[in-house]
Amino acid sequence: MKRPSGPFLLLGLLLILPLMLRDAYYQHLMILVLMWVAIGSGWNLISGYTGQVLFGAAAFFGFGAYTAALLSSKLGVSAWWGLPLGGILSVAIAFPFGWICFRLRGPYFALATLALNEIFRHVATIWESLTDGMIGILVMQTFISKLPYYYVALAIAILSIVTVDVVMRSRWGYYFVSIREDQDAAESMGIDTLYYKMLSLCISAFLIGIAGALYTNYMGFIDPKVVFSLHEISIMAILVGIVGGVGTIYGPLVGAFIMVAVQEIFRTGGFGILHFIGQSTGWPFMSGVIKYVSEAHVLSFGILVIVVILFLPNGIVGDWSLIRKFLIKSKKPAV
Amino acid sequence: MAFFEVQGIVKFFGGLAAVNGVSFEVKEGEICGLIGPNGSGKTTIFNLINGYFPLTKGEIQFQDEKISELKTHQICQRGVGRTFQVVKPLKRMTVLDNVIASAFLRHHPRSDAIKLAEETIEFCGLTHYKDKIAKSLPIASRKRLEITRALATQPKLILLDETAAGLNPHELEEAITLIKKIRDSGITIIIVEHIMKVIMTISDHIVAINHGMVIAKGTPAGVVSNPEVIKAYFGEDYRA
Ligand SMILES: Nc1ncnc2c1ncn2[C@@H]1O[C@H](COP(=O)(O)OP(=O)(O)O)[C@@H](O)[C@H]1O
Ligand SMILES: [Mg+2]
Repeated sequence: MKRPSGPFLLLGLLLILPLMLRDAYYQHLMILVLMWVAIGSGWNLISGYTGQVLFGAAAFFGFGAYTAALLSSKLGVSAWWGLPLGGILSVAIAFPFGWICFRLRGPYFALATLALNEIFRHVATIWESLTDGMIGILVMQTFISKLPYYYVALAIAILSIVTVDVVMRSRWGYYFVSIREDQDAAESMGIDTLYYKMLSLCISAFLIGIAGALYTNYMGFIDPKVVFSLHEISIMAILVGIVGGVGTIYGPLVGAFIMVAVQEIFRTGGFGILHFIGQSTGWPFMSGVIKYVSEAHVLSFGILVIVVILFLPNGIVGDWSLIRKFLIKSKKPAV
Repeated sequence: MAFFEVQGIVKFFGGLAAVNGVSFEVKEGEICGLIGPNGSGKTTIFNLINGYFPLTKGEIQFQDEKISELKTHQICQRGVGRTFQVVKPLKRMTVLDNVIASAFLRHHPRSDAIKLAEETIEFCGLTHYKDKIAKSLPIASRKRLEITRALATQPKLILLDETAAGLNPHELEEAITLIKKIRDSGITIIIVEHIMKVIMTISDHIVAINHGMVIAKGTPAGVVSNPEVIKAYFGEDYRA
């Protein structure tokens, strides 16, 4: 990543990828990956760089998603307006929320985001006159082809990575990391820690809110259970953040790729391998195994968090030199 | 009005009066030594000046402004820098980045902040460690990093809390030289130090405290020969 040509090569690859990868299923997965790059980048800014763990990313994701959906269902405006508006309204939530929660240090912020997540989920479920509750909201999709969605998602992913990169090179970035490393030191260096924590959270909420609005436009349907989901969104966001590498610019990209793949492996039972084994061997218990595997992904997510924290505390990007050393070492005896 | 003035400050931790009615003033450009046995309240006084703890009672004035109602970062913005006795390096950042983060307070384009940071690092003799991660530094250099970071906020008054503790004789000489250099650059200093050699050679005036109260004030020679101070340091039975 040190060579400046790296990002451009990557960008070029991502630009032509859907033209080579014509299978709609893989295009769908790539769109999800790009959406998760935005969410992961947002999470990474407030949690990885600023050190304030965001447990309830779904609060902002779902808020962005509902903004887009309600624009269309209630106001008859194109749900695409949800992209900017979902981001801006998420900031409008993040601002007072941060103002209240960041006065306290320690785990209060993390827990409060979890609470916000749950409050929003309940409100979206109960306020049926607005949201249709559990029934959810259907939004007419604009395109049949996946390509336009792919490029919109790519633009959002690029926006996220560039935003985080630019911010982290600026004074704000220095302040965020200072706050993460030691709040007392930061305060005595003249840094208004409350203000800069709020600023970091607002940028995060903006990126995550946009990703939520993208989800509505792309999937064409949302309900509270999905977009405010604790494990599908909030915990997944943490995983995307830490698997790739906490506090690294490209960590969320790597994390998004791996986590969408992992999620998909579980959802499909190893891309159908288990099905295949079950069918070809005729073992009756395989259908049970398949069912458990596809439902065990919440558990496996937890295990993955532990494994990553134990062996790669800085994630795949952050510990890349460690991984390389390990690979080279383990190759040598074979030679 | 004095450049810097502490008026009857009191700090209670539960029932314990860590600081109990301390008053003193510091003139612009001088070095004020704050001495006292362990646990006498010196660090707490710094934490009160710096706004890290709220005052129980009293008032602190800096350049005709009551700073005791401001927040820590605002007090720093007014021109009061500090170091921590228990050092607080920004561990996973390089020395340079530690200091750049500080320099941003008064120098906005990043290039300006970097320039000031590099000058300050040079001034404090940390150039050799510039690109090292802060947590990898030996303790003497960490103490120096504390000073460097405080200086990069360009304070008018700096509070140094035992920055010479645990240094070997050679490092001690360097520390004294640095403190004098800071004074010569026009920065007023309040310094807490146990090592009498340091305090005696550099202070213009000394405030001695015990049990959170001022027991003597004045010139270094006067304070050190004060019977109260001798008693506080060496106990009742000590005969000179
Ligand atoms: N945060 C705190 N909470 C409770 N007691 C404290 C706190 N900080 C200091 N003290 C107490 O206040 C007294 C003065 O401590 P301190 O200012 O650190 O002394 P010094 O720096 O002179 O060695 C001690 O008795 C100490 O135990
Ligand atoms: Mg102390």
